[in-house]
Amino acid sequence: MGTVILLALTGLGLAALYFLVASGLSLVFGLADVLNFAHGLFLGVGAYATWWAAGNLPGAGPDGFGFVLAVAFGVAAGTLVAVLVELVLIRPLYSRTIEQVLVTVGLSLAGVALLQATWGADARPFPRPEWTRGVTGILGAQVPNGGLLLIVAAVLVLGALLAFLQWTRYGLVIRAGVENREMVTALGIDVRKSFTLVFAIGGAAAALAGALGGVYFGTVSPGQGSSLLIFAFIVVVIGGMGSVLGSAYAAVAVGLLQQFVNYYGTSGLGDICVVGLLAVVLLLRPQGIAGKVATA
Amino acid sequence: MEPVLSVEDLSVRIAGLHILQGVSFTVAPTGVTVLLGRNGVGKTTTLRAIVGLTPRGGEVRGTIRMGAQSLLARPTYRLVRGGLGYVPEDRCVFAGLTVAENLRLAERRGTTPAYDKVFALFPELQRRARQRAGSLSGGQQQMLAIGRVLLNDNRLLLVDEPTKGLAPKVVTEVTEVLERVAESVPVLLVEQNLAVVRRLARDAVVLAAGQVAWTGDAQELLLETALTKSLLGVGSGDSHHGPGRVAAAGKDAH
Repeated sequence: MGTVILLALTGLGLAALYFLVASGLSLVFGLADVLNFAHGLFLGVGAYATWWAAGNLPGAGPDGFGFVLAVAFGVAAGTLVAVLVELVLIRPLYSRTIEQVLVTVGLSLAGVALLQATWGADARPFPRPEWTRGVTGILGAQVPNGGLLLIVAAVLVLGALLAFLQWTRYGLVIRAGVENREMVTALGIDVRKSFTLVFAIGGAAAALAGALGGVYFGTVSPGQGSSLLIFAFIVVVIGGMGSVLGSAYAAVAVGLLQQFVNYYGTSGLGDICVVGLLAVVLLLRPQGIAGKVATA
Repeated sequence: MEPVLSVEDLSVRIAGLHILQGVSFTVAPTGVTVLLGRNGVGKTTTLRAIVGLTPRGGEVRGTIRMGAQSLLARPTYRLVRGGLGYVPEDRCVFAGLTVAENLRLAERRGTTPAYDKVFALFPELQRRARQRAGSLSGGQQQMLAIGRVLLNDNRLLLVDEPTKGLAPKVVTEVTEVLERVAESVPVLLVEQNLAVVRRLARDAVVLAAGQVAWTGDAQELLLETALTKSLLGVGSGDSHHGPGRVAAAGKDAH
């Protein structure tokens, strides 16, 4: 029983990480039709900016409020990079899919290379509060606190995103834009402002994933964002483009499947099963769990 | 009277197809001007070019003016904010949003939305405010699409086939609403239903093969069964009214 609880909670921790990356990716694709391969870069920027801030930013550090400040700095850095990427590189290329893919893939590779050139290719120990290194006993299972932190953060982000989409004017515009962008402009709304906003939201969530992923794994490395991005894309497709709730369901399914199959089967088999799940969903429900319609 | 909209030598090319080829016409500042023609002659393309919704990659040439203002090359949202209301073909309501959310989306900062006017015209929308728009009937969706536009003041309304696919009773309701709307704002209407045209339209512009084939008084056009049949492929069913006076202005009325 303890093993099942442990696997479920660590699977949910992994799901939380996937959700934080996938939610922004899904909104960006659903609203702006941009397949952003550079999304992993926002995660890397968030992780490295948090790591840097914990050691260098006045007031920031690996513990207490200092750690909160370091994470806030990382999230702000990831958000800023996401906004700049949208304004400078993506905006001139809307509706030019091939060029977008080329630019975002190139940016992703260049971003990883830049992080490597600046801080080296090796993984670096991530500064984190002492309590996140410990475990908490839940129903007989000793669950790592870093994973629990990720779950709590993802639930809070999910709640905040749903509230934003449901109760704010911009949220309404985003939900409508995911359905029919052209009709939103035909109602007198400059939908491009919302594109920048969803990039900012996506960048912030991914950067938070980078910072808390550093806590979870205990290290930070340049390629972390790219490897997580693959599973985030799978989550987006399974969940349905443009649906935050769909991303949450899909992230839970992928995280749990991976964790249980890797434990009870062979290590690595979980990843193959996730691809199998993707194939099944594409065959039976090509639009994903929640389809194209943005759900709040 | 100065026309509210003038279109001059409008040409639209999309994916290599020359859909509109030098279309020119004006829209009177009051009443309904109807844009007629057989399927595929470019009626919807004309409305979409006016409101700046020609698909990306499409080429638009010519002049479109609303008053002294040139509309070409301005983004759609600015045209709409400037008083150009657009009700598209097939309604295009946001199916996943509620009726109230669909209406709220059309609200503009700094102006008071005319909910009283909209709910007076369409009381059904107020009763169904919390219902998802995707679960409304076709007629209710059409009312929502029109109501959304009427929340704001408009200088001109572009309405694309508002009665398409609707039951006869609903067609009558929508026609009555458009008749009332047209009392306060000019309308450029694309419509295939000649009974609706007969009731609403004052002026008509007939397109054929991407060009203007006829312009003039809509009621006089409908009196000419043979002409109506040759231009639109359907008779007006009013041959008993006699030949009347035909204000043929097009290149190839016959």
